[in-house]
Amino acid sequence: MNRFALPMAVFVALVVVLAIGIEHSPQKGIIASPLIGKPAPPFSLPSLADPVRAVASADLKGRWYLLNVWGTWCFECRAEHQMLLEARDAHALPLIGLDWKDDDAQAREWLTQLGNPYEAVALDHSGSTAVDFGVYGAPETFLINAQGIIVYKYVGPLTRDVWTNEILPRLPPHAAARS
Amino acid sequence: MVATTIAGALLTLRAWAVDPTELPDPRLQARYLALTHELRCMQCQNETLADSPVELAADLRHHVRDLLLQGKSDDEVRAWMVARYGDFILFRPRFSPRTAWLWLAPGVALLIGAGVCWRIVRGRAALVDADREPVAGDDTEAQDTRG
Repeated sequence: MNRFALPMAVFVALVVVLAIGIEHSPQKGIIASPLIGKPAPPFSLPSLADPVRAVASADLKGRWYLLNVWGTWCFECRAEHQMLLEARDAHALPLIGLDWKDDDAQAREWLTQLGNPYEAVALDHSGSTAVDFGVYGAPETFLINAQGIIVYKYVGPLTRDVWTNEILPRLPPHAAARS
Repeated sequence: MVATTIAGALLTLRAWAVDPTELPDPRLQARYLALTHELRCMQCQNETLADSPVELAADLRHHVRDLLLQGKSDDEVRAWMVARYGDFILFRPRFSPRTAWLWLAPGVALLIGAGVCWRIVRGRAALVDADREPVAGDDTEAQDTRG
């Protein structure tokens, strides 16, 4: 009887540790970005509205903005589009689109049909900027502060819950008050 | 030598691999294959960059190729990936305070196992000794191992 006590105790302890691990594993499949709290990777990409002009991270310094990675090939992006329009109408901060490996004409058509939530859309044809941001699946949304630091990242279609409970509380008081 | 053996082994695998990339220098090619086989495809998560057919994996392989052609070391390529995607991209995690338990746990388990074996063997030995010398007073330990 006694000789089984220790192995049994070890086994029970292992079960408890693993159960806690499974229970508390942060949303499965979501990988914490090493870029949170670090400066956003610099980018300067052609603008969808006017390919001669550039959408550049340097020009966005001094303002908080949401960088939303999307593409017309991305099924889930359609699901978050309504929320993006609502976010635009809240006037809390500008939305900058990063159109990831997409066709320009299709992207324009998408925005004409569904509405354009973005102040500007940067065209990442090669996908290099998305890789610099550690993007692994659209849609992904980055909250970037006035100093150009990535404050928060959300993977998956933006929801009202994330907007109200994760993004708005992180904004400086005057910006959040406008929503 | 080891590198060429690995390259040879991997080259035979290439026949049905998804990645047709060919680097000009065979040594670079070997390092390219080794690296793409130990970096994770972040989209499919259980495949290596070398095995994954998705576009993101192709993009990341392209970056590996470019970095090698720029003369970056294997560690620099890994660091480049980790800076963007975190430790998760490495199939072979680095030794750090966070991953220490991961690397040390097998050794610790082995030591515990060895300790347990040693105690059992010693107990049995004491049992044999006790049988040889029936008058020896120390039969409590022998009792203990039997029970």
